Amino acid sequence: MKEDKYLEMNFSGKFPDLEMDRRKFLRTAGGGIFILFTLWDASLFAQEGRGRRGNLPTDFNAFLRIGEDGRVSCYTGKIEMGQGIITSLAQMLADELDVSLDSVDMVMGDTDLCPWDMGTFGSMSTRFFGPPLRAAGAEGRRVLLELAAEQLKIDVQDLNTANGVVSSKKDEKMRVSYAELAKGKKIERHLTEEVKVKSPEEFKVVSKPVTRRDALEKVSGKAKYAGDIQLPGMLHAKLLRPPQHAARLAEADTSAAEQVEGAQVFRDGDLVAVLHKYPDVAEIALAKIKAKYDLAASDLDDKNIFDHLVKVAPSGEAVAQGGDLQVGESEASILVEATYLDGYKSHAPIEPHTATASIEGDKVTVWPSSQTPFSAKREVAEALGIPQDNVRIISPFVGGGFGGKTRNLQVVEAARLAKLSGKPVQVAWNRKEEFFYDSFRPAAVITIKSGTDDKGNIRFWDYHVYFAGERGSQQFYSIPNHRTMTHGSGWGSAPGTHPFATGAWRAPGNNTNTFARESQMDMMAAKAGMDPLEFRLQNLTDAKMKNVLTTAAEKFGWKAAKAPSGMGRGIACGTDAGTSVATIAEVEVNKTTGEVKVKRVVCAQDMGLVINPEGATIQMEGCITMGLGYALREDIRFKGNDILDANFDTYSIPRFSWLPKIETVIIDNKNADPQGGGEPAIITMGAVIANAIFDAVGARLFQQPMTPERVKEALAKG
Amino acid sequence: MIENVKFKLNGKSVALRIDSDRLLLWVLRTDLGLTGTKYGCGESYCGACTLLVDNEAVRSCQVAVKDVRGKHVVTIEGLAKNGDLHPVQKAFMEYDALQCGYCTPGMIMNAVAFLRKNPRPTSAQIIAAMDDNLCRCGAHNRIVQAIEAAAKEAKGGF
Repeated sequence: MKEDKYLEMNFSGKFPDLEMDRRKFLRTAGGGIFILFTLWDASLFAQEGRGRRGNLPTDFNAFLRIGEDGRVSCYTGKIEMGQGIITSLAQMLADELDVSLDSVDMVMGDTDLCPWDMGTFGSMSTRFFGPPLRAAGAEGRRVLLELAAEQLKIDVQDLNTANGVVSSKKDEKMRVSYAELAKGKKIERHLTEEVKVKSPEEFKVVSKPVTRRDALEKVSGKAKYAGDIQLPGMLHAKLLRPPQHAARLAEADTSAAEQVEGAQVFRDGDLVAVLHKYPDVAEIALAKIKAKYDLAASDLDDKNIFDHLVKVAPSGEAVAQGGDLQVGESEASILVEATYLDGYKSHAPIEPHTATASIEGDKVTVWPSSQTPFSAKREVAEALGIPQDNVRIISPFVGGGFGGKTRNLQVVEAARLAKLSGKPVQVAWNRKEEFFYDSFRPAAVITIKSGTDDKGNIRFWDYHVYFAGERGSQQFYSIPNHRTMTHGSGWGSAPGTHPFATGAWRAPGNNTNTFARESQMDMMAAKAGMDPLEFRLQNLTDAKMKNVLTTAAEKFGWKAAKAPSGMGRGIACGTDAGTSVATIAEVEVNKTTGEVKVKRVVCAQDMGLVINPEGATIQMEGCITMGLGYALREDIRFKGNDILDANFDTYSIPRFSWLPKIETVIIDNKNADPQGGGEPAIITMGAVIANAIFDAVGARLFQQPMTPERVKEALAKG
Repeated sequence: MIENVKFKLNGKSVALRIDSDRLLLWVLRTDLGLTGTKYGCGESYCGACTLLVDNEAVRSCQVAVKDVRGKHVVTIEGLAKNGDLHPVQKAFMEYDALQCGYCTPGMIMNAVAFLRKNPRPTSAQIIAAMDDNLCRCGAHNRIVQAIEAAAKEAKGGF
């Protein structure tokens, strides 16, 4: 999926009146020096801006302030969910403004304090927010220098900035602090032209490893998540839920629930909820409601879903093509034709969807676990029929998102119940609700027909993806005759496609597409009798991709051999969010039980300029670890409209004992623009494991997850 | 049943008049306002609600408040001594052994209970002891390193 299409999906909101916002922000933010900037300013970064300005705000959507106390504050609608931007964004500002990291405050995800932002997803914070943030920092430094020049009567070129102080290059005693310069001022600058940011040689904080800034709060239990917000008089809500998807509430007898001391029952259309000051008592009362539902029949299940998807898929859209497939096929002496399957996956953050809502007068305030606070604001306003200005979303820490918390159903539930009850209300989904209402990574089918000549040069590539989406589908090998067709989107599909909600799941589409593409590459290499690394290098001209492949191979100690070599190693590469990644895995396969143990993973990544190498490394490790789950075990089981997985007893996510030794390499590429880091390293995990299984035991897996049963089946086929 | 329940919580006595069948997790979070102990799954599969009851790691989503009568409950909020973080907390910070931080209190409490029993563990023993605590962000290897480091630092004294 094209980047801008991705941005539009689900998030094409209405934008607030920006001029009014600007005045309000500046009023509430107090005195100091303000630099206003937008992510979408095409003059600043033409590439990212292209094609997006249409319906996006062109005024500004973030600002920084140098306060009268000399502290630097960055106001952004982005949120912290573990990915670490609370640290990396502050690092960028510290360097551009020549202040210590400790004097930078991040004000995040508060819709009354921060300008509009689309949301935190798609590995975009550093890539798209980073460049203008750095430019704004540089602009702030320029303003400080101008002010100091005036005050000290010294030319700007004779001044230095360091540690929050402007001083004369000639006489250290001629100095003035940022605090003194900002004192009593209200200066507003719009970042409209290109400003010179620091070059890598000048970095003091950027590209140096820094540990998390929020760690102390998180290890001491003080960090507040949505469920930790406790308001006077607050009630906990438990909502009546249907037994299966597509069920309609026919009748509900709530009389027994109402008898529970302190319980209040509210009903508004399909919304039936019990409120109580204790959530556990609300749950007990909820269980006393006798409800009847009209159920809808469905023959679908987790096994026949793939045939169904291909059957209902639209005819397809060519996202890339070139040459002539027939000519390519006639030139190929080695043909490989395969179908790849991938089931539904849950986001399964350890913190379920939660929101705490309070209404005072006509103002609604909600503290949600949400990746999209500004969408939440609009949704609450629409649900309550009030102006958006009357809604404030304050983002606490988010306990994992992975794309799943771009949906805000629980936010609207909490707001509606706060209105119905007249009390502050917390809605905290339990684990079963989390599995039931998740917007799953979609089940998908990919078919590929491809071929090489007898020297292993790929001659043609015919690729069809059904419902995984476009992201990661476009191959990057040098293939003269090729076609990539997408049938249906990775989300927002027509009714009757998926039996429940689907949506973006960490590197949406790319995990499935890379699994298929890189498995196919290995099969062609094996048929051509070639080493899988050599085969890839031979068919690539992309220097960045070749570099990550050879870097990973060197780190791993790769020795050329055709698969299956018995060594149990697999290689795969891909690109996501502007970053190129290559991964090598070593596995052990138990032929009797079908168990696969991943022993070692080496991953090399070129993500351009790295802001916080420590944070980027952690994201790579997180991707590799999370990727073990979808590759080996994670699969939502369902029958008809029933989701059979309701907790972690049957839906297995990665555990300590699954962990391989993980080695990461980040290519030093300081002069390139920063690219995404939160998602790329997860995309290769399915393919490296599939390829390593084949290399170990000669059995090819065509379906994720590669469960012991499927491994045994593949072994039996030989 | 509504009755009096007394226990020690983070070193201080607590006396509650309460339905003693209610779960410790919710009593701590709502009645007592200690929100460091997290709900993750409600059925003991994830370990986010782990705390100490008389030095044993316990899943507070499975324990009725009457079951801790007369016992000492320690939550993440009670781990620091005189403002000094516990060695395991310090090591989690130093090793960046967390991302979103939501599973972190349960991880730390489970590790503390484990180290009190086995102050000089091998990494395989750490992995086995932590295996039923779930983390979705993928901080596992760093958590193991942090626990190893805390054990070395404490030299057996937990």
